[in-house]
Parts: sequence; C-alpha cells; structure tokens
Amino acid sequence: MSWSLLFFLLVGAVSLAAALGVVTSRQPVHSALFLLTNFATLAVLYITLDAQFLAAAQVIVYAGGIVILILFVIMLIGGDTNDFSAAQRAWSRTVGMALGIILLLVISYSALSRMMAPSEDTAALLQGGTPEAVGIELFTKYILPFELVALLLLVALIGALVLGRQQEGASEGIPSVKANE
Amino acid sequence: MDTALLFDNAVVLLPELVLAVGVMVLMMVDIGRRGQNGSQLLAGLSVAILLLGIGASVMIWGRAPVEYLDGAISDGFALSVRLVILIAGVLGVLLSRNWFPAIERQGGAFYSLHLLAVIGMMLMGTATNLIVLFIALEIFSLALYILSGFYRENARSIEAAMKYFLLGAFASTFFVYGCALLYGAGGSSKFTQIHETLATGGGNPSLVLPGIALLLVGFGFKVSLVPFHMWTPDVYQGAPTPVTAFMSVGTKAAAFAGFFRLMMTALPSFHDQWAMPLAILAVLTMTVGNLTALRQSSVKRMLAYSGIAHAGNILIALVAGTAAASSAAAFYLFAYAFMNIGAFTVTIALERQYGNENDVEQSRLAGAAERFPVLAAAMAIFMLSLSGIPPLAGFFGKFLVFKAAVEAGWAWLVVIGVLNSAVSAYYYLRIVVAMYFQQPEQAGDEKEQPFVPASRSSVFVVVVSVLAVVVIGLQPGLWADLLRGLGQ
Amino acid sequence: MASDYLPLLILILLAAGFGVIAIGLPTLLGPRERNNQKLEPYESGIIPFSDARRRFPVKYYLVAMLFLIFDIEVIFLYPWAAVLRDLRLFALVAMIPFFIVLVVGFLYEWKKGALDWD
Repeated sequence: MSWSLLFFLLVGAVSLAAALGVVTSRQPVHSALFLLTNFATLAVLYITLDAQFLAAAQVIVYAGGIVILILFVIMLIGGDTNDFSAAQRAWSRTVGMALGIILLLVISYSALSRMMAPSEDTAALLQGGTPEAVGIELFTKYILPFELVALLLLVALIGALVLGRQQEGASEGIPSVKANE
Repeated sequence: MDTALLFDNAVVLLPELVLAVGVMVLMMVDIGRRGQNGSQLLAGLSVAILLLGIGASVMIWGRAPVEYLDGAISDGFALSVRLVILIAGVLGVLLSRNWFPAIERQGGAFYSLHLLAVIGMMLMGTATNLIVLFIALEIFSLALYILSGFYRENARSIEAAMKYFLLGAFASTFFVYGCALLYGAGGSSKFTQIHETLATGGGNPSLVLPGIALLLVGFGFKVSLVPFHMWTPDVYQGAPTPVTAFMSVGTKAAAFAGFFRLMMTALPSFHDQWAMPLAILAVLTMTVGNLTALRQSSVKRMLAYSGIAHAGNILIALVAGTAAASSAAAFYLFAYAFMNIGAFTVTIALERQYGNENDVEQSRLAGAAERFPVLAAAMAIFMLSLSGIPPLAGFFGKFLVFKAAVEAGWAWLVVIGVLNSAVSAYYYLRIVVAMYFQQPEQAGDEKEQPFVPASRSSVFVVVVSVLAVVVIGLQPGLWADLLRGLGQ
Repeated sequence: MASDYLPLLILILLAAGFGVIAIGLPTLLGPRERNNQKLEPYESGIIPFSDARRRFPVKYYLVAMLFLIFDIEVIFLYPWAAVLRDLRLFALVAMIPFFIVLVVGFLYEWKKGALDWD
C-alpha cells in the first residue's frame, strides 16, 4: 500500500466521520462545526488530486464564508429551540436512508464500471488544478457562464437586501386597497 | 485569444443583453429616487425594458441559428420560448404595479428581480451547455424564491417562499448532480458534443441513465410533474397573485425549453430508454393533477393543480420527441401564457372585490356574473380555453401536441390525455356554472359591498389576454407557423 | 509536488504544537481550585446576566450574506489575475461586464443603506 493511498484513506475516514457527525448531532452548532471539519478535509482531498485552486476556494468560500453564515442562522433562530431531532419522522428517515443507499449503489456501480475500463489519459486530467489552469479554462471555454455568474450574484445580493430589511413601520396585512388610478 | 470572439455573434443574446442593461439602469434610477416617489416610474421603465426585449427578439427572428461562445443559440425554438417568457414578464409587471403595499418602498428591488428572473428564464431556452443551463436555472429560481415571499405582511407568502426555497434548493442539488454525471458520460458540457461522443460509442454510457434520473428530479420540480409537485399548490396560493401568474407561465416555459433542448440535442440516441419513464410520469401528472383539482375549494389552488395537469400535457410532446412535437409545445406554452395569466388576473380583480385577501374561495363566485358581468365573461373564456374547448387557443395547443404524439406512435398516451381533458372540463366548467347559474348564499351582505373597480393595468391585461385567446384560436395556423420547434 | 506542501506541514505541526503546549502546560503545572468565582466566564469582570446563547438580530445575517457574495466574487479574481498576462486584452475585456454588474450591485446596497448598522 502506497503512502498516498494511506493518506487518502485516513483523510477520507475523517471526512466521512465528520459528515456523519453533521447529520447525527443533536445540537445545530455541533453540526456546523462538523461541517467545518468536513470542508477542511475535502480541501485536503482536493490538494491530493492536484486541484489547488479548488482547495483554496473550498477554504475561502465554504469554511470561511458559508459555515459562518450557518452559525449566524443558528444564532438567529435562537439557542433554546435548537434540538430539531424530534421533528423527524421515523418512516421518512427509513425511506430516505433506503433511497440514499440505492442512489449510492447506482452511482458507484456506474463510476466503478468506468474505472474497470482502461482509462485514457488521467495524467493529462490532473494537470488542471492551479489558478492559471483554471483561469485559462474559465476565460476561454467557460467565459459565458462566468459572465452569467455576475447576474446570479446580483440576484443573491438584491435578495439578501429584500430579506434582511427591517420591517419599516407599516405592517398592516392588507394589499393595496386604493383603486386610485 | 482574440477579443473579437466576445463580440462575434453576440447578437444571439441581444434580448438578454437589453434586459441586463435595463436592470442596471433600473437599479440606478431606484437609487436616485427619494422615499416612496417614483414607484410608478419604475413600473413604466420595467415595461419599457421588456418591450425593448421583445423588439430585440423580433429583430433577430428568422436569422440563421448561430451559437455564441459555445453556450447559447438563437434558433427558432429559443426565440419562441423567449417570446412567451417576455410576454408573461410584461403582463406580470403590469399586474404587480398596484398590488403590493411594499412596492412603493421596495419597487426597485421587486422589478429588478422580476427582470432578472425573465433573463434567467430566457437563458434556459437558449442554453446549449450544461453549465449555462444550470446557472440560468439558478438565476430565475433564486429570483422567484424571493419574489414569492415579497408580501411579507402575509404569513402565507413567507411560508410559500420558505417552502419553495428549501425544496427548490434540494431539487437544484439533484439537477447539478445530474449535470455532473452527464458530463462524466459525454466528456463535455456541450449538448451536441455529448451527443456525438455517446452516439459514436465513446464516453461512459452507464452514467447516462442515472444522470437523466437526477436531472429529471430537477426539471420535474420546476415544471411540477407529479411526484415532485407537492410544493405547487402551497406556493401558488401563498405567493402574491401577480407573482404566481408570472411564474406559473414563465417557469413552465423556461424549464420545459431547457428540458426539450437537453433531451433532444444531447440525448436523442437514448430516446428509447427515457421516453417510457417520461410517458408514465405524464400519465401520473395529468391524472393526479386533474383529480386533485376537482376537490379544491380555492381558485388559486385549483389553478395550481390545473397547471400540474397542463405540465403533463406538455410532457407528452417531449415523450414524442420529434421536431413537430417541440413546436407544438412552444405553441401550447404560448397559448397557456395568455389563458393562465388571464385567469389569474381575473382572480386578482375578484380578490379586490372580496376584501383583499390573497386568494378567492370558489364558493364566493356564486352569482358573480350578475355583479361583475365583464370579469365573469372573461373568466368564462379563460376557463373554456384551459379546458381545451374549440375554437379557443387552448384547444389548438392540445390538438397540436396530441397530433404530434400520435404521429410519433404514442396513441395510447394521447387517449389518456384526451380522457384527462374530459375530467378537467368538469372543474373548469364548474366555475363558469357557479358564476352564471348559482345564487350567492348570503345575497344581502354581498350586495352591500361597494364595487371596487379593477386597476387600469389589470383591465388591460384581461383585455389583451381575451383578445389573444380568441385570435390565436381563430388563426392557429398563423401562430403555429411563427413558433418554431427544435431543428426546424 | 508533495514537497511543495512541506512548509504547510511544518506550519500545521507548529500550530498544533503551540496549542498542545498552551493548554497542556497550565493543566500540568498550574494550581487548580474549583469554586463559583473561578467558574465564571470573567473572573473579575461583570457578572453575567443572561444566557450567552440568545437570538442575534437579523442584521448580522445580512452582513454575513453580503460578505459571502463578495467572497465568491473575489474567488473569480484569483484565476483572472493569474492569466491576465497570458490572455491580455481578452481577459481584461471579459472582466468588464462582470465587474460592471457587481459594482452596480455594490452601489445599490450601499445607497439603499444595507451597510448602515442602524
């Protein structure tokens, strides 16, 4: 067994354990911290796959931004009502788990059947992880999606403004009654 | 890289560009206004921008289809869907104008999101690339989540936004997972490239079916096919009615356009495998939609289930999978835009009469023809068209779809579709019967309420919709020639 | 390739070592006393008057949300900066629409008062 495989198994095990921790913790804050661990191990896995840019993005956006946002949301909801485990129904958990396992089997079958076949050129695929390589792809092949992301971010920005605004005085629950045109 | 590449064929996205620049202008105007002034100006500006977008679409109509930056195409199908979405957008803005208390203050945000949703929907129809498709889906979905919760004073509106967002985000993850598997199968994110790779025996075909299954969840959620339809009635009922009117048409047109293009240009060689599951979904969707619509007491919920049933009808066209079927679907969506928005507009006008709630109970429609003869007549026309009674627009939509399906050898599916239309006639006509032939229960109370005239813009929307439904119905050939399918 | 990450490994070891020492040494060497005053969050500070886990105002959420949006925007600037030298004018022109959209968005949130705390 090579060192890199051992390393992968170790990090993968931590990642999997953290992912289990996210869904089984009773305290949302604990779930959030498990999620942070999971994101960090994913970043390490990306590095082992020579996807350096993705690893950096994972740390900056997910670990740095999204987990913070999740923590704010947990704080917003409040500390007392933090145990949501009672809200789950037994049958939905069973059905969900069964469907999840089926999905896992189907996808791993498809992916493995591919792996068994002789691969073309994996070495070439592994070249493209640096910011330069990502940049060349992004600004040549995927330039249109890149521009459209600006619009998506704009929607998110306006949406955050709308949802985050304080109620300004008037809160009468009546749509416009004036027929004053 | 040559900079000219960015400008060559950029005309493909001219309508989207016009709208995007328009959104920027709108936001700047919104920054400039003081307090509550100028919300009417913003509405007028939005309508002007959308009309410019329609002008831009007409301008590039009939050009030879070219692709822009490997991600968007301007063929007849894309333009037809664009037209449907832009029309729904204009009508939606006109309806929203005076509806909200919040729109005086938050008009800039509302109209910007509205226009951005239109841009995202139009992109769905033009996308020829999985990544563009996904980003387009997210642009309009995100905008609609927020728009459906815009009536914040109403708990149901917030509930609708919450439900729509949580389930929608979930559906999006399925969608993006499906995109990833298709990319793995075809080795490219371009539809035509995926098709070439798979048709020549390359790639990894074992990933195709799981990919389709996951994508189906995403698309099925957006167009509300039956196992994924649970959100539809709650969101349609809770969202502000003008937003419901816009999204019921816009989302369907956009998601079906993307679905058609993906299945018919990337995966036509797998048609034998995906046609049957989709046919079963179509049967389920029509039947469950129609049978549940029978039991609704709220007009908005009834229209929501009717929308589900119509999604089933349009899915029949995809099952057939021919060029003629896709143009039939474009025609169907075009007709659906007018009759459905028309029905919601009448609902808005009736909401005003019955005390400004965000919904109307069907029981209150009894005897409406006597009090509001014009509204009742318009509603009757929309209901007849929705149920597919000739010679109105809805009939020809159904007729063309069914015809294309029979020609493709799906006669049994069409038989089920026709049976379903018969069922649907019952609940559409029930509204007509209630309005014209029933007496209001407590006649005394109802009569005392003063008549609240509908706003000028909603009168305009009703008139336009009635005219469109009748004209399309009288001259179906003209429009069927104009609206193109894939590969035509 | 793996040797590129040697400094990172040393950094991680240093950080972990610092944590172990900072927590381990006092536990080993320091005197331990358990009484009410010792168990308070601030031994000689203000007496706590409520649970720390109370609900935060929605304003924090808005700020976090806006931060996240600009965070994602900045992510796209890294690869852009890396390839600007190779792609030259093309990359510059390609960045212009992206930037205009986001500057308009930024102006909008600024002028609409989303960045004001009160």
